Amino acid sequence: MLSPYPQLVIAGFRRYATYRQAALAGLTTNVVFGLLRAAVLVAVLAERPVVAGYDVAAAVTFVWLGQGLLTVVVLWGDTELATRIRTGDVVVDLGRPWDLQAALLATDLGRAGFAVLARLVPPVVFGALFFPIRWPERPATWAFFAASVVLGVVVSFGVRFLLNASAFWLLDARGVLAVWGVVGGVLSGLLVPLAWFPGWARTALAFTPAPSLFQTPIDVFLERSAPLGALAGQAFWAVLLLAVGRVVLHRGSKRLVVQGG
Amino acid sequence: MAERVFPTIVASRIRSQLAYRASFALDVVAQLIGQSIELVAILVVFTQVTSLGGFDRGEVVLMYALAATAFGIADLAVGQIEELPAYIRTGELDVLLLRPLGTLAQILSADVALKRVGRVVAGLAVLGYALATSGIEWTPVRVLVAATAPPTGAVIFAAVWVAANTVSFWLVDGREVANSVTYGSNFATSYPITVYGPWLRRVLCFAVPGAFVAYFPALALLGRPDPLGFPVWLQYAAPLVAALAVGGAALVWRTGVRRYQGTGS
Repeated sequence: MLSPYPQLVIAGFRRYATYRQAALAGLTTNVVFGLLRAAVLVAVLAERPVVAGYDVAAAVTFVWLGQGLLTVVVLWGDTELATRIRTGDVVVDLGRPWDLQAALLATDLGRAGFAVLARLVPPVVFGALFFPIRWPERPATWAFFAASVVLGVVVSFGVRFLLNASAFWLLDARGVLAVWGVVGGVLSGLLVPLAWFPGWARTALAFTPAPSLFQTPIDVFLERSAPLGALAGQAFWAVLLLAVGRVVLHRGSKRLVVQGG
Repeated sequence: MAERVFPTIVASRIRSQLAYRASFALDVVAQLIGQSIELVAILVVFTQVTSLGGFDRGEVVLMYALAATAFGIADLAVGQIEELPAYIRTGELDVLLLRPLGTLAQILSADVALKRVGRVVAGLAVLGYALATSGIEWTPVRVLVAATAPPTGAVIFAAVWVAANTVSFWLVDGREVANSVTYGSNFATSYPITVYGPWLRRVLCFAVPGAFVAYFPALALLGRPDPLGFPVWLQYAAPLVAALAVGGAALVWRTGVRRYQGTGS
């Protein structure tokens, strides 16, 4: 029998590909916010031509890539595992002949694959039509960027898996996920480039996985950082978060048996 | 009859939300932080530059605070309208239409999301700070503007919210499209409208009258002439604009309800 994981990747892709009108409606919001955020950053750069290494082209590229990556590297709205824990359905998932964490990761990668086509490419194309986007100068950057986005998705999955798993103890993980949804946006460099933050804040954030989600892939695209070092940092967080996730799932599922479902 | 029904509904909804206490507390915190995130972005920007669109840090924070408070109140009062697509999809709207109570009032009172109090609290805290520190020379008129701007802005936002979400009667996925107008104008309103190009300004500051929530009242409080050259009386026109917005929203809502035929589910 074939391994179930490649099939789960395809299933994840197809599941989201079904809702094309929803993707189109979501794009409207991404584009409107892209226009607003680009306007603010351009207004900042009207005061000084270069701020912490960002000129107008780098800043608008930062905005449009960020708007595109928003749905690829998800911050909000993933409550599936928490819901299944609360309702007890997770018992069925744990009984299936697969590794639950790997299965969820495979589905999430499939989802992200569809999001790249439907949600990342269109805002960037829109941005390129109306703004001076800064494209990579070295061809290899495209490959590094692709790898960095995949790692960003895995790190984001690792964080969301842990937050969802908190439902084993809290029963309802919505509050925890809501806090991450709002804090993650600013800490991961989605709102304002992290390079604009004061030094102490940047140092503190370097010890968290948050920049791996948005700032690192965008920096790789803008060729602001050594690509291999950036990817290594993301890989470190991906492995660590997945490992902690396994331990937490193991502990949590034991607790579930004690509770009797 | 309706006078007694709605308080009962609202009270029961509020009690039900306090059931999961830890999660509720975190939800409030999330709303509080969520509202303050834009402030963090503004403060970060001002570590790099001393003015934005011709306004200094205190002035932009004042605009943000007026917008945040107004948005928080509107969210608490009419945020529930975002569930309209779900009512249409499940056919529950048919039930609401049959009852001898106002349809819109029934939707708005279906769930008073108490966690959204977090937004209002965050907005008021920053507003208090901004009013105290931005060097306003207080006159009776300015006191009146400061007191009326947040509720007036809330009425404008509430009208926009209802009108924008009414597109769900025409579009299946109306919610996301409506979000770009409602949350988009909240974002736009937090900054001086001088940062936007002519098109964005026309749409999100005047067609959706976001400029009257924070920008014009802030100019009135600060006693500054408009750098864009708009007449001074516009700085005091917010209540009139709010009344027009409510009228417009009511018209859009009635048209939507009349067009509604049910999904057949």
